[in-house]
Amino acid sequence: MSRKILLNEKEINIILHRLACQLIENHDDFSETVLIGLQPRGVFFAQRLIALLKNEYAIKDIKYGQLDITFYRDDFRRREEPLQASESNINFIVEDKKVVFIDDVLFSGRSIRAALTAIQAYGRPSTIELMVLIDRRFSRNLPIQPNYKGRQVDVINAEKVKVSWKETDKKDTVYLVTETSKDQRPKSND
Amino acid sequence: MTKLSVEHLLGIKYLKKQDIDLIFKTADHFKEVINRPIKKVPSLRDITIANLFFENSTRTKLSFELAEKRLSADVINFSSSQSSVTKGETLIDTVNNILAMKVDIIVMRHPNVGAGVFLSKHVNAKIINAGDGAHEHPTQALLDSYSIREKLGTLKGKKIVIIGDILHSRVALSNIYALQLQGAEVMVCGPTTLLPKYIASLGVKVETNIKKALQWCDVANVLRVQHERMDIKYFPSIREYTQLFGINLDLLKSLDKKIVIMHPGPINRGVEITSEVADSDQAIILNQVENGVAIRMAIIYLLAQQIRN
Repeated sequence: MSRKILLNEKEINIILHRLACQLIENHDDFSETVLIGLQPRGVFFAQRLIALLKNEYAIKDIKYGQLDITFYRDDFRRREEPLQASESNINFIVEDKKVVFIDDVLFSGRSIRAALTAIQAYGRPSTIELMVLIDRRFSRNLPIQPNYKGRQVDVINAEKVKVSWKETDKKDTVYLVTETSKDQRPKSND
Repeated sequence: MTKLSVEHLLGIKYLKKQDIDLIFKTADHFKEVINRPIKKVPSLRDITIANLFFENSTRTKLSFELAEKRLSADVINFSSSQSSVTKGETLIDTVNNILAMKVDIIVMRHPNVGAGVFLSKHVNAKIINAGDGAHEHPTQALLDSYSIREKLGTLKGKKIVIIGDILHSRVALSNIYALQLQGAEVMVCGPTTLLPKYIASLGVKVETNIKKALQWCDVANVLRVQHERMDIKYFPSIREYTQLFGINLDLLKSLDKKIVIMHPGPINRGVEITSEVADSDQAIILNQVENGVAIRMAIIYLLAQQIRN
């Protein structure tokens, strides 16, 4: 297994600021906007972004929820390892709101497809946008593209993009990991 | 642990503590799902489930059906009273005919003990036991434990008394297994005639005085007197049963502490429990019903996960 750094802490910080500004450009005071972190890995990115919006850009009232898409996935009964659910935590209705999905890595697009179905259980949003930290270009299975992206990378399917956050892994870093296992399909980043 | 150690849910006897933990963890997620504005997930949209009820049921059948529909499974229902069973068809023939229609999971209630085990050996589908005679009713026991855990935080070290007709109760046996597996202490209480002879060999305390039993416990699970299963008279009169074993508000007030009251339903109001007790804030009877749907969703989901095309 070899590991290469794609983004270091400083670069991630610059990207977070840029993404926060892009969001403000499109969403003004966030009164009609809800930010949805996708479980499990997207929530760290989302929380970081929200802290930035609140502390650095003085956006006071941000509606934020966490969405788990396990029960909406299209690979139930098709994987060796059983799917494990995380907690969904959305205590408001998204009817007529501008929803922004936040995830760490966009790969096949299947998670986002599942999230698009899952969010309907909380109402009919007026629009849905997608923000990702890493966009793995050329690996999409579905016609899904991000509205906001931190960094676009071109990597082959055998390689895995791993995002580490201070909160769980001590350091903010994005790695490119090359594994030499039989299963060429990365598991957690789709 | 991320998958069940069993291929069917035939009884609590076959489960491990880790299985129960996994079912509860999954049920937590489904409880959140069934409290959303849209209470349905598409996980099981390519799974077909047959509910075979060879014995009457209202709540369990509704709860299973709702759980299946919330998971987007296709559901077919079968009641023996309206079927060819009355024309003399055997259980295996009935089930094989249903399986020929490509059914993946069978939920079955049957008056004979071991019907689920028998079926699991002869047909190629996941079997969930929804009650077999006076033997086991695993989903009821799981939802009871889940409800206690929700109310008291844990089952470890808690004292649970099961009151009433233990002899004819499948809920009692499954509950005893489930509670002991999770480290609770169990007592049974009822008229001597309705306590099975060797019940103490299961490691439970036996008590015939209701006051002492309630004084001892944290939770009282009150069972219904099953008149339909009684071929002889086990106690002189319902009036006497109510006087000796019925739970009323005065009895609860006379205790040093506030205990939790449970009942698997259907309630005979005024017999084993008075209306004031059933409707009081100490009773978690309706929470049990809500949790029943979440628990059944979890079990169906976890078993369906094992099915391969």
